[in-house]
Amino acid sequence: MTRIAARFAACAAEGRPALVTFVTAGDPDYDTSLAILKGLPAAGADVIELGMPFSDPMAEGPPIQRASERALRGGQTMDRTLGMVRAFREGDANTPIVLMGYYNPIYSYGNERFLAAAAAAGVDGLIVVDLPPEADDELCVPAMKHGINFIRLATPTTDDKRLPAVLNNTSGFVYYVSILGITGTASPDTSKVATAVARIKGHTTLPVAVGFGVKTAVQAAALGRTADGVVVGSALVNAIAGTLDSAGKARPETPAAVLGLVSELAGGARLARMAAAE
Amino acid sequence: MNVQNTYRSGPDERGFFGLYGGRFVAETLMPLILSLEEAYEAAKKDPAFAAELEDLSTHYAGRPSPLYFAERLTEHLGGAKIYFKRDELNHTGSHKINNTLGQILLARRMGKTRIIAETGAGQHGVATATVCARFGLPCVIYMGATDIERQQPNVFRMKLLGAELIPVTAGNGTLKDAMNEALRDWVTNVEDTYYLIGTAAGPHPYPAMVRDFQSIIGREAREQIVEREGRLPDAIVACIGGGSNAIGLFHPFLDDPTVAIYGVEAGGHGLDVENGHAASMTGGRPGVLHGNRTYLLQDAEGQILEGHSISAGLDYPGVGPEHSWLKDSGRVTYVPATDREALDAFQLLTKIEGIIPALEPAHALAYVTKLAPTMAKDQIIVMNLCGRGDKDIFNVAKHLGMNIG
Repeated sequence: MTRIAARFAACAAEGRPALVTFVTAGDPDYDTSLAILKGLPAAGADVIELGMPFSDPMAEGPPIQRASERALRGGQTMDRTLGMVRAFREGDANTPIVLMGYYNPIYSYGNERFLAAAAAAGVDGLIVVDLPPEADDELCVPAMKHGINFIRLATPTTDDKRLPAVLNNTSGFVYYVSILGITGTASPDTSKVATAVARIKGHTTLPVAVGFGVKTAVQAAALGRTADGVVVGSALVNAIAGTLDSAGKARPETPAAVLGLVSELAGGARLARMAAAE
Repeated sequence: MNVQNTYRSGPDERGFFGLYGGRFVAETLMPLILSLEEAYEAAKKDPAFAAELEDLSTHYAGRPSPLYFAERLTEHLGGAKIYFKRDELNHTGSHKINNTLGQILLARRMGKTRIIAETGAGQHGVATATVCARFGLPCVIYMGATDIERQQPNVFRMKLLGAELIPVTAGNGTLKDAMNEALRDWVTNVEDTYYLIGTAAGPHPYPAMVRDFQSIIGREAREQIVEREGRLPDAIVACIGGGSNAIGLFHPFLDDPTVAIYGVEAGGHGLDVENGHAASMTGGRPGVLHGNRTYLLQDAEGQILEGHSISAGLDYPGVGPEHSWLKDSGRVTYVPATDREALDAFQLLTKIEGIIPALEPAHALAYVTKLAPTMAKDQIIVMNLCGRGDKDIFNVAKHLGMNIG
């Protein structure tokens, strides 16, 4: 069983959704980012999405755009992102790590070289926003050969006719984008999301995680009643941004601020099914 | 080596020109792009669509644009005869209207009620705001804050035309950042919004569709030069930012082996200046951005560079995918022209022919001034004069150290 499958199964066995946390690798600098990464599991993150910074993140709202800019200004590279995963794996053999980003930095690194390095570093999955199923031969199919899950985004515009194409070749979990729009903006409508999650589950046995616009423990609890996982990204990135000094540098309290929010969100996720049972 | 029967058959059914093109977009946009393709294919087969577009092109945009023999410039350069395809005489002052008319008709057929667009020099923004005013549709234009600064006349025109102008401060505040924001708008407003892309780039079917709408330039030029000279030209030349005016001129000539084709990129401060130019093909390498694989300005990590050009319309780190393919196949020769050379050409044409060109085609002209003297006097060059320079006079004055403000 893969790390991703094992982790979703363990959360399900505990009767709760998985908390999937997103931070951008290297935001605002390598050391701070690694400290946050290493602290995530103890704070309650079940699955880690690690953003590969990109100069032109078309699907992201301002918080994650700025996180990418900070990381790139701080000298983040693909090798350093993979190095962070390796460093994390030295202390944690079980928490799945999914790299999330855009195709060009991978393409520039070389697809095969990237997949080999990612697999060796202990990466479990990939989310590449601008690779739809029509482009599966680019990276998705080669990733599977390296034992790396390729996690696809399903969205409110993915209708029943298109859904099978989106799910075909998807592995690990399905990421349901809960709103029309970019990350960290509008808040999802819980009842609409529940209907969409049920619709996707009608087509797949994979776990379904819900993200885009989830900011608070209350939202996480509400969405977690139906979803197998809840993804939080912009809120964590905002927590990083909120602690930076006037020059944009990390302060000693930066990791604790992020990890404190993760603990709160984890509490929300744990409450999800209890609230539903009441 | 494979011998091609034709250079005019692309893209394939998946939207690729060889390695280039495709549909590299977020899932939210995929269903929209597929339905756009379907709607465009249906429109292409509908004689009523063609008739409506032709009527507007003739009576609203002023087509056909003249083909003008630049006698004094020809004499001055002392070589090949130089003809200009006068697309700067179109309504709104550039070739951009050819595409916006086509796409607004398509948007109406699709029942879309809100139009968004990106713009660099503001020419596409003006052309979009114009057709939106003509058809009574709300229009939102994304424009980089830096470009707003250097293209004030067009900013005012768009506002007069009723468009909502949204300044983009992300990145360097130029065309690529405006395109990112337009894509973010589209993904948020998928139900009612039509994204009217201004250049022959982006996800399939945009590169092919924009090319088709712009090919009127080349079709007319071909007919006009044959009528005037009794034969095809020896060379055709156009400037390249995203490359829509160029592909529009080139496409009808691609299968004529006697016609040499030159695309002129923005060489900025020079190709040897890192991040100091916007020559994606002569100074970049293939990558994926804004929905297509194409030549891009990027660093060693695949991060996109902003590039630089004196011309806001050429200041884009990518290029339409068909150009990338035409470069690799060798059919078209791509060359850079620097800011300085474009400024010189701008002044030359103004003084010698009484035509103030936009800074974009001034790049094409800069290459013509090098090419023409190497050719015989009975040879013929056709250059696309794709925009007029009214919008650039403040910017040019600044570079020439004049104060007209």
